[in-house]
Amino acid sequence: MISANLSAIFYLISGVLFILALRGLSSPETSRQGNLFGILGMIIAVTVTFLSIGNFSSGFVFVVIFILVGGSVGAFIAYRIPMTAMPELVAGFHSLVGLAAVFVAISAFLNPVSFNLGTPGNIKLGSLIEMSIGAAVGAITFSGSIIAFLKLQGIMSGSPIVFKGQHALNAVILISIVVIIYLLCSTQSNNLFWMLIAISFLIGFLLIIPIGGADMPVVISMLNSYSGWAAAGIGFTLENTALIITGALVGSSGAILSYIMCKGMNRSFFNVILGGFGATDDSSNNQNNNEQRPVKSGNADDAAFLMKNASSVIIVPGYGMAVAQAQHALREMVDTLKKNDIKVSYAIHPVAGRMPGHMNVLLAEANVPYDEVFELEEINNDFANADVAFVIGANDVTNPVAKTDPQSPIYGMPVLDVEKCKSVLFVKRSLSPGYAGIDNDLFYKENTLMLFADAKKMTEDITKNL
Amino acid sequence: MEIDPLIFRLSIFILSIFIGYYVVWSVTPSLHTPLMSVTNAISSVIIVGAIIAALAGNSESIFNTSSIFGFLAIALAAINIFGGFLVTQRMLAMYKKKKKSK
Repeated sequence: MISANLSAIFYLISGVLFILALRGLSSPETSRQGNLFGILGMIIAVTVTFLSIGNFSSGFVFVVIFILVGGSVGAFIAYRIPMTAMPELVAGFHSLVGLAAVFVAISAFLNPVSFNLGTPGNIKLGSLIEMSIGAAVGAITFSGSIIAFLKLQGIMSGSPIVFKGQHALNAVILISIVVIIYLLCSTQSNNLFWMLIAISFLIGFLLIIPIGGADMPVVISMLNSYSGWAAAGIGFTLENTALIITGALVGSSGAILSYIMCKGMNRSFFNVILGGFGATDDSSNNQNNNEQRPVKSGNADDAAFLMKNASSVIIVPGYGMAVAQAQHALREMVDTLKKNDIKVSYAIHPVAGRMPGHMNVLLAEANVPYDEVFELEEINNDFANADVAFVIGANDVTNPVAKTDPQSPIYGMPVLDVEKCKSVLFVKRSLSPGYAGIDNDLFYKENTLMLFADAKKMTEDITKNL
Repeated sequence: MEIDPLIFRLSIFILSIFIGYYVVWSVTPSLHTPLMSVTNAISSVIIVGAIIAALAGNSESIFNTSSIFGFLAIALAAINIFGGFLVTQRMLAMYKKKKKSK
């Protein structure tokens, strides 16, 4: 048994280690060390908790068993998961944090004595508010993440689910959450607490269903943020510094990522959250008008010829590359190009893929050195000097309409200046519009050669022809 | 007059938000996916609460309604802690610099 003061100091240390863990991510060299700081912080927090309870009876054995069971499941998943499935994995993990927060809040509500929060039916007001918020946000995180997971996994359709009165219904539910918390605080009723959790689950579900697949980067970041706030809420209940610090860190981290993703699409956070993007009627009209325009299409041989005669090539990967699992084939193609003394770099749009940094991880997995991979601002001026742009699985993020047509739904969105390249190779399965539901002007440019094929197969064929 | 300890915790909370704000802006965009998985892992420090919940009031029986929720939360958080840190480690190990030999 160690004193409350001493354990508080250790919790503070583990909070600081978590800060260092995030700090390490400022560059890939320091990141691995940062992760070790995080692990160390976790070990300290758990050990101190055991020591401060100071009870190593049979209950302790069960705790260790549960940790080992959960831990081996987690470790198994971590080693088996393919890198392309990272968005699903993160969404799944968020749901677990949310549910764990709900469970801890339930436990604290049923047995407040053990947490030093008062007696059942007479819980301290502040603690009750904190645990209600923790439970509600945790429940929203849980059900929201489950929906995000199902959409990313393709079990549920990625298209937005919208119905009449959706926003009104959500508003009513959100208000009733506040009312229930208020009533709960005055009556301390068990039923109200269960009701709070139930409708929080419901609202998490309703909030995410209208949001479409390509907006998932915002959703995942937002749920990341929520899981942090839920942890912080529980941290206040338990008066635990490590949890409060971590919750605040994770909460602001997720919020910043959501902001970066929204900015990458030039859309406001509310626009994304209200959902329904890409499900509008006028987008389909747009499609029909343009179907007649001529496009040049080519085969792997043409593409190989163009690239062989280039001196610099910029690769623009997108979600389609992840779907086709084409990152390894792409790397092989680039290796061949490099052997021919062709300069190759990669251009990554902030919202390429289904989560922040998704493309970078896939390229890293395929052994692409990270100093060949550039962000939009770093590389956008280079397109004008490059000979070939190779667009693989990206679409809306290359659409020049975003710069020229104020009527377009994606007007103002930062896009890669692919059209400035001498020639553009566009790997795509068909001419169908991207997520935004609008036609890509790039398809019809003079210097664009469409390569209609599966991304992986096309890349392999090009390599053969080089 | 004494200051309520809640105020101290609130101060820690607010300041941590600011620390988070500046630290996260300094994270390089190429590491945003590992950032998400590691924040996921560290937010599972909620296991601290789960352990207290599970071990509380085990005077007669280890498992009662309240402690069972604690045990379940331990298992969930443990999945996240191990899964989150290990998958982050796995990802970070893949980030390599260009070989100097070229």
